[in-house]
Amino acid sequence: MSVTKPLPHDAAPLHVSGTARYVDDIPTPKGTLYLAFGLSPIAKGKITAMDLSAVKAAEGVEMVMTAEDLPFANDVSPSIHDEPLLSDGTVHYIGQPVFLVVATSHLAARKAARLGKIDYDEETPILTVEEALAADSRFEEGPRIYAKGDADAAIAGAAHVIEGGFELGGQEHFYLEGQAALAVPNEGADMLVHSSTQHPTEIQHKVADALGVPMHAVRVETRRMGGGFGGKESQGNALAVACAIAARATGKACKMRYDRDDDMVITGKRHAFRISYRAGFDEHGHIQGVSFLQYAICGWAQDLSLPVADRAMLHSDNAYLLPNARIESHRLKTNTQSATAYRGFGGPQGMIAIERVMDHAAYELGLDPVEMRRRNYYDPAHPPTMEPEHLAKRPLERVDPHEDLTSLGAVEQVETAPPVRPVPEGGNTTPYGMEVTDFELHGMTEALLKSSDYVARKAAIETWNAKNSVVKKGIAFSPVKFGISFTLTHLNQAGALVHVYQDGSVHLNHGGTEMGQGLFQKVAQVAASRFGIPLEMVKITATDTAKVPNTSATAASSGSDLNGMAVKAACDTIRDRMADYLAERHQADPSSVTFTDGHVSVGEERYTFAEAAALAYQGRISLSATGFYKTPKIEWDRIKGRGRPFYYFAYGASVTEVAVDTLTGENRILRADILHDAGASLNPALDIGQVEGGYVQGAGWLTTEELVWDDKGNLRTHAPSTYKIPACSDRPDIFNVALWDGQNREETIYRSKAVGEPPFMLGISAWLALSNAVAACGGSYPALDAPATAEEVWRGVQRIKGGI
Amino acid sequence: MDITFLLNGETVELADVDPTATLLDWLREDRGLTGTKEGCNEGDCGACTVMITDEGGAKALNSCILFLPQLHGKAVRTVEGASGPNGEAHPVQQAMVDLHGSQCGFCTPGFVMSMVASHSSGAKDHDTQLAGNLCRCTGYAPIIRAAKAAEEHPVPVWVKDEPVAALAASPMLPGSSDELAAVYAENPDATLVAGATDVGLWVTKQLRDLDPVIFLNRCDDLKDISITDNEIRFGAMVDMNRMGEALTDLHPSYAEMIRRYASVQVRYAATVGGNIANGSPIGDNPPALIALDATLHLRKGDTRRSLPLEEFFIDYGKQDRSPGEFVEAVSFPRQPDRLKVYKLSKRFDQDISAVCGCFNITVSNGVVDQARIGFGGMAGIPKRASHVEAALNGKPWTQETVQAAILAFDDDFTPMTDMRASATYRLETAKALLERYYLEDQGEVTNVLEVSA
Repeated sequence: MSVTKPLPHDAAPLHVSGTARYVDDIPTPKGTLYLAFGLSPIAKGKITAMDLSAVKAAEGVEMVMTAEDLPFANDVSPSIHDEPLLSDGTVHYIGQPVFLVVATSHLAARKAARLGKIDYDEETPILTVEEALAADSRFEEGPRIYAKGDADAAIAGAAHVIEGGFELGGQEHFYLEGQAALAVPNEGADMLVHSSTQHPTEIQHKVADALGVPMHAVRVETRRMGGGFGGKESQGNALAVACAIAARATGKACKMRYDRDDDMVITGKRHAFRISYRAGFDEHGHIQGVSFLQYAICGWAQDLSLPVADRAMLHSDNAYLLPNARIESHRLKTNTQSATAYRGFGGPQGMIAIERVMDHAAYELGLDPVEMRRRNYYDPAHPPTMEPEHLAKRPLERVDPHEDLTSLGAVEQVETAPPVRPVPEGGNTTPYGMEVTDFELHGMTEALLKSSDYVARKAAIETWNAKNSVVKKGIAFSPVKFGISFTLTHLNQAGALVHVYQDGSVHLNHGGTEMGQGLFQKVAQVAASRFGIPLEMVKITATDTAKVPNTSATAASSGSDLNGMAVKAACDTIRDRMADYLAERHQADPSSVTFTDGHVSVGEERYTFAEAAALAYQGRISLSATGFYKTPKIEWDRIKGRGRPFYYFAYGASVTEVAVDTLTGENRILRADILHDAGASLNPALDIGQVEGGYVQGAGWLTTEELVWDDKGNLRTHAPSTYKIPACSDRPDIFNVALWDGQNREETIYRSKAVGEPPFMLGISAWLALSNAVAACGGSYPALDAPATAEEVWRGVQRIKGGI
Repeated sequence: MDITFLLNGETVELADVDPTATLLDWLREDRGLTGTKEGCNEGDCGACTVMITDEGGAKALNSCILFLPQLHGKAVRTVEGASGPNGEAHPVQQAMVDLHGSQCGFCTPGFVMSMVASHSSGAKDHDTQLAGNLCRCTGYAPIIRAAKAAEEHPVPVWVKDEPVAALAASPMLPGSSDELAAVYAENPDATLVAGATDVGLWVTKQLRDLDPVIFLNRCDDLKDISITDNEIRFGAMVDMNRMGEALTDLHPSYAEMIRRYASVQVRYAATVGGNIANGSPIGDNPPALIALDATLHLRKGDTRRSLPLEEFFIDYGKQDRSPGEFVEAVSFPRQPDRLKVYKLSKRFDQDISAVCGCFNITVSNGVVDQARIGFGGMAGIPKRASHVEAALNGKPWTQETVQAAILAFDDDFTPMTDMRASATYRLETAKALLERYYLEDQGEVTNVLEVSA
């Protein structure tokens, strides 16, 4: 079987030879035009006058467009239509597109875009949590609150109470390939769009609305992205729509790509949070109750902020059974880039807070932080003991077909659902009432502590710290329990299209997009396994809205779970048809027909797969099929915070050791040990790649990656010269990554588990290890903010030494 | 101007090139060689890395901030030329496939070309060789595994390039400092381009039209390094990799700072003269050179003058250099190595300093003979910590002296807050660096880069 094999990425030979094609590499038709946006230089205000004569007169400029020139929808929002492609007269952040330049070259467009003379009636921007709260500037009417039991009472009655809070910075995606799109006008009113997007259907929908045509007139193709990480879930809309509109207006192909600085200034990033906590524990470290207050800084437009903030709430328990919990979440509207999806989708922000609570409490109680955690883990995996909470099926309501239903920001209709049964007390349930039945972390923790030699190293670190006054070491453990499924339940569906040609070669298409994660390879491995043929016989082709419609974004780690199953269904349909036909011809039972080792066996006869395909063709058997899959068992009411939003959980655990220079705060990761649960891995090599990369990206978020805005709302870190993602030497010196030998307890594709996002949160242990090292300076718990840059670590040292 | 170079082994002759057209744009837009990627367009991500071979051998360089005239007489190899004539994979390409070194693949051509170049030279310090290539997917571990796996394989013949003989292309591409002096005197308003690691961004980011432009890269006599019993002298066009090598044994802490200075690709282009002449308050060479008591050598036409380096920096954006005058060399006396160069930044590799503190404190019989301390990032110019020096000179070399001298930093510097660090952090860590120097001198462990698990 080709599944479970550690095969290289299918495009690796193309990557290393420079022949893998990205949007900007596609040969363009003669006369292709290039686009650039003119951007707002102020964070809030109204446009009072616009003089674009110098832009129009600039060399190479063919056309300049403003909101007034847009023929149909001026909207690139993935949620509530609050994000115009071009400013509608008001501006909401520095970097907002105000006008569009269409020119004969990328450089000419960029140059001209800087020549706009625009007068603004400037207003005071809202940039901070305090300013947003003072102005009651928020999305949704008020805070969302999810609760279980009575957290306040439990904390009040607890033997030990801790309180604290921290700032948690956002994160720039820094996909190496910037946003890009190319629109090619086809005959009639049709449009072909190549987009670097995780969500071709959304691009299709937005382009159709902007052109005033049905979705069938727009075809979106995405072969691959040079990295996505959530940054290409909704942020590609503006470029694709701009290209399509300009292509329609000029009749020429139009291409747009953001220069790196523009990309960082225009597009959204991970949500920054401020989180405060109160928690009560008994003398053994058992948590009695915890209360979180989360402020999510959402930026100027709603985008996907609601489900992001929801997911932060849904991960506030992480791996711990909280008898009483209260999570209050405010979604603040500010005059900054509209924060968007980013690997983990709010989960990391929710999770880090409970991990902080665990470390803080362990410090106060004098317990080993790992022991502290283990005492509070959910019960080990077991069959369900409780009836799942069922949300009543609501009557169908009319839906506006122009709503972008495939977006994670889409409106969910839940208001008519009746109240659900209250959570039974004492169950192994999350704060949102879902029973945790697949908990793997007891065994994983044991195994990781052993493989990482945690106990001995912890002792060695104490010895080091006693001997060294300047460089202190620290070590920390953190687990991950990450919920798998889109919390907008209807997105948990996927389609596939499979053709078998008469020579036995297989052409495969599905709704998922390839951004480096190896989805195409995994899905091809599934197809090859279903047909029992070598992988080389399977051709993976670009994601195409004309082949598989109504797709969900490749997001929420769902790619191989959903598309793998859809492809399996399509393959099995064809396989069954072939089996039926051959069985009939050989007077055998169809169930006795086997597909293995490139051959199809029926009775005594053994055909090559190609022969079998040719026979089936001659027998007038359809060798093309669609496949469809929808995730079972899930139902969720995001307003009440009740239900089963996740089909299952993926788990991981990490131990990180760091060194800190207490004089300057300079610090680095010395060693990381990771054990991660990918279920029965479809491809261990690709999965380990996700784990290694996820850890480093997560550690980067919490250490060197600092976004800085000035007091005007200007992003000061808008290029790699000032925004520092991990470089080669920032990975741990010693980096041991292993997969947990398990399988999904739910019936996923070959019992594998999703692996895109969960490992990102393993990086939390790096942040906690820095805190542990700073604590070696004595005094009190070093309440670090994130990211823990050298300066923040230095401040932590000063704080506990009483210096500042 | 008309230029000639080799591209993947074939001669390219270009007439009337735009002097500030970048190699990257030319490759992608004019030649359709789209394997080389644009990631940041400012030399910070390495996605555009190509291999350039000149008299100094094969080097990785960022094509996004390499102007076409800088290629005259050289050989360029892109990722399309990394594979053999019959499609044979280069050992680093095969290792990257086998060991899962690519995920999204966009940074991969740049990594491959950095690896092809370092493989050609036999370098095995992969973390340093690849510090200029950013990858967001893999966490780097599999890339380093690939680099190691390729070490033992021989260098394929097809990537061995030789520079081409090329005649003078234009007066704006002078072949010696004499020619430079003459043409600059005639065009005192011209922009001088040494390595284009800063000026490149004037073009790619500020979108400035530069005219006229004089390229210094063919002035071989400005690339001399001379080390005598009394003096060490670097010609203005000595690149930072060569400078680092030259200092490895003489002033290892300085050489270690240079190892962290930008990236291999940028260091091959960046020159010591450029780093001084652009007058940046956060250039890393000036504070170190000031601590070494360096002298700057300037030339205008046939007139030469020299001055203490710190006097060259007058104010932010203002240097003691007249129109038509250029930096010819920098020199400093041979001395026992007491220099420590401390670079504080958010990231160790390839980051601009928040603070660069350079301490050169000689001690005899337990008493400070002479302290020379230069700082970058603490003022509008690279600046000496004169008050601190005074508080140390002649005093016993003790913790008490250090603690007393630390207070003098408040008299020397009033740093600012920006995206790299706050004013408080800058001032307080400047003080801490003097303490680090003292403690390091006493044998304490002070460097997290020298600590392992």
